[in-house]
Amino acid sequence: MGLVMAALALFFVLPVIWLLLAPSKTADQVVHNWPLSFGSFSQIGHAWSHLMSFQNHAMLKWLRNSAIYSGGSLILTLITSVPAGYALALTRFRGRTTLLVVTLITMIMPSATLVLPIFLEINQFHLIGTIWSVILPFSFYPFGVYLVYIYFATSLPRDIIAAARVDGCSEWQVFAHIALPLARPVIALVAFFSFVGNWNNFFLPYLVLPNSDQFPVQVGLNQLLSSTPSFNPVAGAGLNITIPELALAIIVAILPVLVLFLFSQRALVSGMLAGSTKG
Amino acid sequence: MTLVAFQPTSKGAPSRRGVKPRREGGIASYFFVAGYTVLLVAFGIFPTCYAIYLAFTNDRGQFAGVNQFSKVARDYRFLPAFENIAVYLVMWLVLLVVMTVLAAVALRSWVRPGMSSLLRFLFYLPGALAGVASVLVWLFMLDPDVSPAGKLLRALGDNSFAATLNPSHLPVIFVLIAFWTGAGGWIVVMYGALNNIPDEVLEAARMDGAGRWQTARQIQIPMIRKWITYMSILAFAAGTQLFIEPQLLQTASLGRVSSTWSPNQLAYVYAFQQGDFNGAAAISIFLLVLGLACAGVLVTRSALFKLEDQ
Repeated sequence: MGLVMAALALFFVLPVIWLLLAPSKTADQVVHNWPLSFGSFSQIGHAWSHLMSFQNHAMLKWLRNSAIYSGGSLILTLITSVPAGYALALTRFRGRTTLLVVTLITMIMPSATLVLPIFLEINQFHLIGTIWSVILPFSFYPFGVYLVYIYFATSLPRDIIAAARVDGCSEWQVFAHIALPLARPVIALVAFFSFVGNWNNFFLPYLVLPNSDQFPVQVGLNQLLSSTPSFNPVAGAGLNITIPELALAIIVAILPVLVLFLFSQRALVSGMLAGSTKG
Repeated sequence: MTLVAFQPTSKGAPSRRGVKPRREGGIASYFFVAGYTVLLVAFGIFPTCYAIYLAFTNDRGQFAGVNQFSKVARDYRFLPAFENIAVYLVMWLVLLVVMTVLAAVALRSWVRPGMSSLLRFLFYLPGALAGVASVLVWLFMLDPDVSPAGKLLRALGDNSFAATLNPSHLPVIFVLIAFWTGAGGWIVVMYGALNNIPDEVLEAARMDGAGRWQTARQIQIPMIRKWITYMSILAFAAGTQLFIEPQLLQTASLGRVSSTWSPNQLAYVYAFQQGDFNGAAAISIFLLVLGLACAGVLVTRSALFKLEDQ
């Protein structure tokens, strides 16, 4: 078992280590030196200035865009999915089963299936090229609703809810004072998956944001790739975007997601029901 | 006034026994689900209906019956794309389920807590690179000239980047990328689910003489079965929509990889190169039906929906 864990760890970590080391080397050193060797710090600086000079600090613009799109939709996702998951799990209302089934269906449906129709829909409402064309579709997150639903359905005893109702709590009070405080782990989980998913989303922004100034960083990376001489000798000629610059761009692009993970790790690790079953 | 009328039913009740609580949730439930429902209609139901509408009409908006479906199904690229994805899905789902459950159980029961926390972090780490970033990293990992596993690639007979991208290797490559970015997150989720099993239950199993394997097989894994099913459904869905990976490999290999390797790529070619939105929608509907069929099997076999009134 130890061997399996070690092999897994190696498989997951080795590409990351390679990625972190690549920007410290020149394009030549990346090929000829030992893959896991360190070049020099000054070389990282060179790679950074090459990257920044690409289309006049386009990288920073893309990062800011990604932050706006992912942050905005994260807020909307939490506001809509947490109450919805709660209501589906612990209340009974007409249409509940339908909503649950439709949620599951929409969730398992390949999201790329909807990208083209969503594009046409957004086009119809003249939202192409606006931040809403990305934020609103990103905010629709049935996976989050389902996570919250599963969490409440399996972890929060219905008796507690029933008792609170008997004691005179309004439905809002039950939700805000009993369910919500217990839901912290699952809220962290939803926030985390939503942010990571939206930050890394490529297909939709690629279609609905025609202007390079509006690209999120993932679409920007694609543009960077097609400007790299090693992958596109024609378009990339004369640009300083080589493997080290590309590696540095990847690192910068994923940094916010890593930071988020560090912050939500506690909630993730604490387990989902530790509070209610053992408290 | 209605508020006042509501209060006594609960607050004034002398004893909890015998008091029938009001209908759970009532009108407030609609308030809770309203925001989500609006988004569901706008970005789930409406676009789906639109795709169905497109698939059954032609470019002039006239009803076309199943013409779009038979047209795309007769396309010489159609079957190979679905074959590719089928091979990939089988490998991907088996590896994912076996490895995530194994890893989660091991991290929960075999490994010391500090080590377990570190390993979960390391396994998850590549998840941050999902999407374009992971494909870019793996472009480098698959190039024997720069890869840290260059020796391994050469030992397998892949002496150049072009050799690694041999069409018969593609399903394995996509499984590796998907596992590298996706498995860690699921291990964290599975671990969280295992953590929810009360210590008393595991303690009781131990007292009854159950070993680690027995505990895992007879208590831990059955208790997280819902999550395993859920993971499988999502992994299947994600697998059928494979797009960025073959698309970027196609770009980076200067055309050696087919531009219609996956059904989604074929739909993309229909929509954006042939300008045929109706054909693209028809392919999407094929994918949709496929996903629904698989989900149906999993849902009915895993008790995922036995959460109605007990």
